[in-house]
Amino acid sequence: MYTEQVMEHFYNPHNMGEIENADGIGEVGNPKCGDIMKMYIKVEDGVIVDVKFKTFGCGSAIATSSIATDMVKGHTIEEALTLSNKAVVEALGGLPAHKIHCSVLAEQAIKAAVSDYYRRKGIDPTPIVGEIHECEGGSCANCH
Amino acid sequence: MKRFVYADNSATTKLSEHALEAMMPYLTDNFGNASSLYSLGGKARAAVDEAREKIAAVLGASPREIYFTSGGSEADNWAIKGAAEAGRRKGKMHIITSVFEHHAVLHTLAALEKQGFTVTYLPVYENGLVRVEDLKKAIREDTCLVTVMYANNEIGTVQPIKELGAVCREMGVPFHTDAVQAVGNVHIDVEEQNIDMLSLSAHKFHGPKGVGALYIRRGTVVTTLINGGAQEFGRRAGTENTAGVVGMAAALCEAAETMDERNARNKEICDYIIDNALKIERSRLNGDREKRLSGNVNMCFEGIEGESLLLLLDFNGISASSGSACTSGSLDPSHVLLSLGLPHEIAHGSLRLTFGDGNTMEDAEYIMSVLPEIVGKLRAMSPLWDSIKENEK
Repeated sequence: MYTEQVMEHFYNPHNMGEIENADGIGEVGNPKCGDIMKMYIKVEDGVIVDVKFKTFGCGSAIATSSIATDMVKGHTIEEALTLSNKAVVEALGGLPAHKIHCSVLAEQAIKAAVSDYYRRKGIDPTPIVGEIHECEGGSCANCH
Repeated sequence: MKRFVYADNSATTKLSEHALEAMMPYLTDNFGNASSLYSLGGKARAAVDEAREKIAAVLGASPREIYFTSGGSEADNWAIKGAAEAGRRKGKMHIITSVFEHHAVLHTLAALEKQGFTVTYLPVYENGLVRVEDLKKAIREDTCLVTVMYANNEIGTVQPIKELGAVCREMGVPFHTDAVQAVGNVHIDVEEQNIDMLSLSAHKFHGPKGVGALYIRRGTVVTTLINGGAQEFGRRAGTENTAGVVGMAAALCEAAETMDERNARNKEICDYIIDNALKIERSRLNGDREKRLSGNVNMCFEGIEGESLLLLLDFNGISASSGSACTSGSLDPSHVLLSLGLPHEIAHGSLRLTFGDGNTMEDAEYIMSVLPEIVGKLRAMSPLWDSIKENEK
C-alpha cells in the first residue's frame, strides 16, 4: 500500500531526534487521533541550518516527517513556509487517500516550529505564517 | 536469523493439505451439479451429504440442522435478519447483543435498528467478558433474539456461552452465537451449550475461503435470506459449493482431532510471549488471561502506534495485525479495545498475534527476539512516549 520512498523513509528516517537549545519547536496532532508530530529547528541568518523531528504515528506519519525535514533543511524560513503537503506527497511518490492527512500534519508541524521561532523573537507569527491547524482530537477536517 | 512467521490465524489460515486433497476431485473430474439427476450429479450430492454429516457430528447437531452458506458473514446476516423477521411477525422487535461483536453482526443490527428494531448492547468490562446477570436483566417480553459471539476475533475472550444459552432457553428466546473464531479451537456441543443458531467459517480452521455454515436448531423460526432454488432443504438458494463444503468438512474433522494437542502447543507459545512481552514497560494484555482462545495474544504498548509496529514486524518477517485506526483507514481505533475501557491513545498501540497449525515455540522465541527492540525503536521516535515518561517524574 505504500511506495518504496515511504518505506525507505519509514525504516530509515532522516533527521529523527531533538535539538537542544532549538530556536523553534512546533507540535501538532493529538494522541486521540493516533498522530503527534514535533519539529525542532535551528535558525542562523534566516536559514534553517538544522531540523529534527519526533513522531508518534503510523508509517506514513513517520515517513512524511522525515521527508519534510529533508525538504526544509538548509533552506530559508521563507522557503520553508512555502512547503505544501502536496509537495510532500509528491516527493514520497504518493500516499494512500486516507493517509493524506499525515502530509498536512507535516506541513503544519514545520509552520508551528517557525511560528514558535518568531514568537520567541517577540514577533507575532500569524501575519507571516498564518493560522496553525490545531487538531482537536477528531473534530478537524483533516483527521479522517 | 530472520524467519517467516505467520501470526495472523484469526484473519485467515493456510488451507490444510488434507482439505485440498479432499477438494481436488470436485474441482476437476467430479464437477457435476449436486442437484442433477445423472450419476455425475449424484457423486456431488453424496459428497455434500457426507460433508454435512461430518460437520454436524463435530458440533453435536443433526445433519438436517446444518445449512451451508458463503461464509461467516452470510451466516450471521441470515441468523439475525431471519430471526428478526420472525420476531416482527409476532410483534417482537427487541434484540440483545454485546458491544464488541464482529461487524457482520453489529452492522446487520444497525440496519435493523433503522427498520425500527431496538437493540440492547451488553457491556464486556475490562476483561472482555459478557456477564450472565446482565443478559438476565436485559431480556424483555418482546425480545426476539439474543446474539453473543463465542470468542472475540480481536482479543480472543471466550464467552460463557452455555450459561447465556441457558438463560435464553429458560426465557424462550432464540440464542445465536457467531462462533467463527471458536469452531475448530474449542469443544462445541450445541445441545449441551444451549445454542439455537451458530455461525462458522471454513477459512478460520484451515479450510477454504468463501464457504461457511449456519446451524439452525430444529424448530427455530428463521426466514430465508437468499431466495431462489430449493437447495439447503429449501432454505438457502444457490448451487452447492461441492468442493468448498467437502474441504470445510475435511478441515473441521482434522481441526477437531488435533484440537487438544494444538491448543496445548498454542498455549505454550502464547504464555511465553505474554510473560515476556509484559516485561516491556507500560505494556498490557487485553482480555482475560485465562478465558481466551489458546492461540490469541492481544497487547498494547503505550506511546507507539500499531501500524508502524506491524510494518516493522513485517520487515522482520512476522505477519501480525493491530486494532489501530491506521490499519483500518478509520479515525477510531478498534471498537473492541475501546469497549474494554481503553483510552484511544493506548488502543492505537495494539498488537494481535494469533497462532494456528504450523506455529512452533521457535516462532515465539523469534518474535520475542525482535519485539522489544521494535517497541524501543518506535518509542525513541515518539513525543507521546517522552510525555508519558515526563509525567512519571
